Amino acid sequence: MCRIGAIKSRNYIHPSMALQLMQSQQKGHDNSGFAMVMQDLGGIFESYKHLPTLSMACTDAGIKIAEDILHEIGFHRVMQWAPEVNDEPGLDINAMPNYVFETFDYPRNYRKAEQKEKEELLLDTRLRLRAALEPNEEGFAYSFWPDVITLKEIGDPRDIGTYFNLWEGNDRFTAKVITAQCRQNTNYDIVRYAAHPFHLQGYSVLANGENTFYLKNKEFQQGLHRGYIGFESDSQCFLYSLHYVHRELGWPLRYYKHVVTPLPFEQIEQREDQKQLLAIRQSLAHLEINGPNTIIGLLPDNTLFSCCDAKKLRPVVIGRDTDTIVISSEVCGINEVLPDRDWETDIYPNEREVVVIDDNLEVQRWKQ
Amino acid sequence: METMKLNDVTANDLPWKIKYDASRCTMCGSCVATCSFRAILPKVERRRMVFSEGNFPEPKARFSAVPVIRQAKSVRDYCRGCGMCEKVCPNDAIHPERNMDTRHPIITRCLGGDSIKRGGRKNLEGTARTLDKIRVGRISQMTDPSLDAQRHTFDLLAPFGRILPPKKLPFTPDSDQELMTNELTPPVNWVYPVIIGDMSIGALSWRMWEGVAMAVAYLNEECGMPVRMCSGEGGVPVRLLKSKYLKYLILQIASGHFGWNRIAKSMPHMVEDPAGILIKIGQGAKPGDGGLLMAQKVAEHIQAIRGVPKTDLLSPPNHQGLYSIEESVQKMFLSFNAAFKFRVPVAIKVAASATSVSVFNNLVRDPYNIVGGFFLDGIDGGTGAAHEVSLDHTGHPIVSKLRDCYLAAVTQGRQGQIPLWAAGGLGKTGDLAADAFKMIALGANGVFTGKLILQMAGCIGNDMGRCNACNTGLCPAGITTQEPQLVHRLDPERVAQNIVNYYLAMDQEFKKLMAPIGNSSLPVGRSDALVSTDRAVAERLQIQHVC
Repeated sequence: MCRIGAIKSRNYIHPSMALQLMQSQQKGHDNSGFAMVMQDLGGIFESYKHLPTLSMACTDAGIKIAEDILHEIGFHRVMQWAPEVNDEPGLDINAMPNYVFETFDYPRNYRKAEQKEKEELLLDTRLRLRAALEPNEEGFAYSFWPDVITLKEIGDPRDIGTYFNLWEGNDRFTAKVITAQCRQNTNYDIVRYAAHPFHLQGYSVLANGENTFYLKNKEFQQGLHRGYIGFESDSQCFLYSLHYVHRELGWPLRYYKHVVTPLPFEQIEQREDQKQLLAIRQSLAHLEINGPNTIIGLLPDNTLFSCCDAKKLRPVVIGRDTDTIVISSEVCGINEVLPDRDWETDIYPNEREVVVIDDNLEVQRWKQ
Repeated sequence: METMKLNDVTANDLPWKIKYDASRCTMCGSCVATCSFRAILPKVERRRMVFSEGNFPEPKARFSAVPVIRQAKSVRDYCRGCGMCEKVCPNDAIHPERNMDTRHPIITRCLGGDSIKRGGRKNLEGTARTLDKIRVGRISQMTDPSLDAQRHTFDLLAPFGRILPPKKLPFTPDSDQELMTNELTPPVNWVYPVIIGDMSIGALSWRMWEGVAMAVAYLNEECGMPVRMCSGEGGVPVRLLKSKYLKYLILQIASGHFGWNRIAKSMPHMVEDPAGILIKIGQGAKPGDGGLLMAQKVAEHIQAIRGVPKTDLLSPPNHQGLYSIEESVQKMFLSFNAAFKFRVPVAIKVAASATSVSVFNNLVRDPYNIVGGFFLDGIDGGTGAAHEVSLDHTGHPIVSKLRDCYLAAVTQGRQGQIPLWAAGGLGKTGDLAADAFKMIALGANGVFTGKLILQMAGCIGNDMGRCNACNTGLCPAGITTQEPQLVHRLDPERVAQNIVNYYLAMDQEFKKLMAPIGNSSLPVGRSDALVSTDRAVAERLQIQHVC
């Protein structure tokens, strides 16, 4: 089982908090990786929020391939940061030679372009980078998006934290939202792209579970959007469905739940909006998920949410104090990072619920 | 002694031989009275008996006339192996035995100068069925929990009607973040994934049809299972058309348009919409051949319902006046959609064929989104009457064809837009839940079944030449006949009870298949749940090969 967690705070927080959130949830041999997406960045990235940052792990040749492509398209680098690594012997990490976090300005001809146009360019660029880096595994382009950073690596999460010097907090590498996952999806090959959180055009998703409708989801999603690729893990399907419902169809977030875990027919019949719900269930039947799942999702506007499978077969808990809200697979993680909170206000969402946290840290519980 | 000529028909030429034990027979006559085919007759034989009356053996011979039962020697009145004689005999004195050396296929043609006609299924037993080489092999173990078939809830419904691509849904979010819609969308009915296939009133006796209709009503109203039955092409009793039970009925129209005069005239009086309209282009058991109701079965009430005289009723092999798919879409679908004011889904049924994918592609790409279902009927299904050569030698198996259509939809990102319904030999081994489930995992939304329903009612026909006399109007079970004496053998309540019980059992079995793979709704297209030990089958269907 993957451990997943998300922290959203009024203040900038350091990834060490995410590592702590994950640490106490470790059990047995689940040590095949650590991954996180940081959004709403602080520290050295704070003044570049409007410009896209490339998150990439690669070889030396990979850097050259990527930079050539970016320059050819017309992107200008405005900032570059590489984590100082602690390459001490004995660490369980399958490290790449380089970890690249570079912020770019848009090509000249895009500077006055519509936001949507820029967003399509960023996606196309990332897909192109990924395709170019894929032969010989020269690199992995995880995200290329404003105000978003992604880090993924294979190994023991504790050692990965040590390698990247993430255990010690600082104010240079921070964000107001951090989502993190430990242990990659072991049902598939242990590859970097299979590690959630997955990111696509401002949407991030991580999940704990098994999507037994993976094949149905995948076969349908492959034809829906050029960005729906990879499918290294069954959890990617959750991201693509979220992106499709919220961005491509333009539907409110509440309908995501109706798509992935539709109500039983007999309950739909009792509803005033049965026409809509039935139409959704029909037209998006192949995006329904099955099996045990907890999903944590992050929207481009920093809205964080969580929901479960229709039978509540996987756990999730949400705890908070005044400034910070934490979503986690298990409560022990929250106890670690928010020990003084009022645990009586913790939320254990049910199978027909979506818990949504907006940018003011207001928590809403939507009944499906 | 009678003179025998070489080409005279003898019992040895016929497909079944009657085995009769005169020493057990009490001459009650039940067997002769029961045989609807007149294949056994009472006869008097001259018998020589040796006896001795004194204290010491003094054998004497005596000749006497003894009544016995004998088999008719005729290619018209011959034993079909139905076994009714055996069923009624109080003393186990008589039964039919299969004659391996039958010359029936030859002599019938030689004597009749006409092609052989019969009912039932294909009678050429080939290799093991494809579906029996497939297992549900992706079992939830430690990665994800199995569900509990008894405790969890399952959604066992399938769509009948055209489903819009998501981007065509006429939804706009309002200020409260609710999706609003005012536009009409194509009608879709969610029904039980096993539709009772199209068997006409005419092909079936009125009691059989009534039994099926009763079962459907009971399943819906008492068991909460939205099972639908298709009328077949042969009209519907007006009383049913005007009743609330019409909502459980899918009305069929085929090339003969039988019964549609009455249906059209009843429209203003209908209190419910029918569940759907099914336009039949072809059927899998006799593809490329039209419906056939022999004159023997065109009884008075059938004449009235269909509006025809007593004669062989042949639906033409194709719909006269339609020359292309596009035209059929425009003419038939639009006229039926309009007739019921776009409230009733309209689907099409075709025989599985090498061309099925082309037809499906054409329909699924239609920009008007009006075709509400693709019913694909493969070989191995049953029929009331057909030329034997069609039945045994034409047609296309359903499994790979259904899979091809589903994968064609997947390639175009159009899966689910026209629901796929499959039939043709499903449930042939008696286990419909397993067959249906495998078809669903291969991409079908649901299945339909006809022959198995007859077998639930008591049909004793099988695929090795037993009975298969549906065309004669002499059905010994009273199922496919209009002869009052035969029809009265069938108890419609018992028919309904058997069908209801079979559906209840099947429903449990569906859950027993869904639970281990951890799915609470039908795994349409979830081919990763299937495995096959046969490499050729696995490769053809794109499922995992296991050994």
